[in-house]
Amino acid sequence: MQKYSIFQLASQARRYHEHWQRVWRNPDLQPQYDVVIVGGGGHGMATAYYLAKYHPQLSIAVVEKGYLGGGNTARNTTIVRSNYLWDEAAQLYEFALQLWEGLSQELNFNTMFSQRGVLNLGHSLQDMRDIERRVNANRLNGIDGEVLSTAEVKRLAPLINDSAHIRYPILGASWQPRGGNARHDAVAWGYARGADSLGVDLFQQTEVTGMQLEHGAIAGVETTRGVIRARKVGCVTAGNSGVLAAMAGLRLPIESHPLQALVSEPIKPALDCVVMSNAVHAYISQSDKGDLVIGAGIDSYNGYGQRGSFHVVEHCLAAIVEMFPAFSRVRMNRNWGGAVDTCPDACPIIGKTPIQGLYFNCGWGTGGFKATPGSGFVFADTIAKDTPHPLAAPFSLDRFYSGALIDEHGAAGVAH
Amino acid sequence: MLLIYCPYCEAHREEEEFSYQGEAFITRPSEPDALNDEAWGDYLFFRKNPRGLHAEMWFHAAGCRRFFNALRNTVTYDFHQTCRIGESFSDNSDTHV
Repeated sequence: MQKYSIFQLASQARRYHEHWQRVWRNPDLQPQYDVVIVGGGGHGMATAYYLAKYHPQLSIAVVEKGYLGGGNTARNTTIVRSNYLWDEAAQLYEFALQLWEGLSQELNFNTMFSQRGVLNLGHSLQDMRDIERRVNANRLNGIDGEVLSTAEVKRLAPLINDSAHIRYPILGASWQPRGGNARHDAVAWGYARGADSLGVDLFQQTEVTGMQLEHGAIAGVETTRGVIRARKVGCVTAGNSGVLAAMAGLRLPIESHPLQALVSEPIKPALDCVVMSNAVHAYISQSDKGDLVIGAGIDSYNGYGQRGSFHVVEHCLAAIVEMFPAFSRVRMNRNWGGAVDTCPDACPIIGKTPIQGLYFNCGWGTGGFKATPGSGFVFADTIAKDTPHPLAAPFSLDRFYSGALIDEHGAAGVAH
Repeated sequence: MLLIYCPYCEAHREEEEFSYQGEAFITRPSEPDALNDEAWGDYLFFRKNPRGLHAEMWFHAAGCRRFFNALRNTVTYDFHQTCRIGESFSDNSDTHV
């Protein structure tokens, strides 16, 4: 792998940038692999990367039906934080956040991880009580967090409307300084480049159309480019997880919903932290390019269409404009949707299935991006050892039978 | 914005009048105590979530406040049929409402 550095850049510039190595290979499909990862998004590529890094003896392939990182990895609002209420979730997301902190160095790829801080606003007395409880829980788990007053929120985001006479007045917020944003494409590309250099074969435009089972164990996947035999198959397909599970005759407690986001035209720097509001289902940050990145709540109905209904966007923007009246004249450039895989307890499913050698990592719902490195790490470990990683163990499919749910609805401070 | 045909009002109304109730035809087990954990978990949490035609329940919350079933495509979001509770969908699933 060609190492990226200032010296490399200077040397390539002298040669008119015509001699950069391709970022990843375009290999030929082998008939058999030890592990096939289905889904070439951030989580899938991270899984392949950590598998190849810690288990170099394994032959690994990633199959992606579209292009790399073109699903929910490209569609989210890139917020990274770890201020979850329950111990299990907090530890998983905090582990991911710690990996984020060293990710650009680890991958030799600039993921543009920017720890600009995340505000979760409270608009009612109950919101503030929940925020105090969550911040205290976070601090007990070693996660940074503070409870801020309205004036402190105003200092961090001066354009915010701190009037007490609006429909949803801002009474305070929780503040996680280590939270922030990362460049979503760079995460997929960086992991893909890292995985490729460790020998992982990446196949784009290769859709899985069926699963091959033999004696209750996985034997391979059928794809649009032929059958790939595999001892183990890991599915990381977000909104389409239910479709893949059905191919193996499994059911999942997951429903796919459209989740919409939108970006504005680029404007001058106006907001240097992430602002989220659970109560009004809106969150906003400003990208390095200058555009406002805005996320809404999910559409209520099941949908795979990667688009949603307009009234959801309207509701979200009404909330944003009330919060930031200065943004009322900003024009929106693009609006899109992604199919998110929501779980009844708003927590992911990571681990084994009743079929030997078949693993699922899904159910991240509206909040999977922040977990990308951690999700890949624990899933890779789970696949390699055929035993759930300690951080992933509470997130087994089994919890929907045992009742040991990790109910992060609302508690996570986000509109799930 | 979806336009949804309410089989009680016998008219198309805007999506905001309705509330989505999830998969249709889920019956509460008559004897929950007799079920094992798998069957109870299955009833509570596991859903079909198909990519394609989906039988689902809607509630005309800001209208006649009645529940009805619908057959909708989860990729195109097209409503193929709606019917009152107790009625069943007609065989011709290609009709649009």
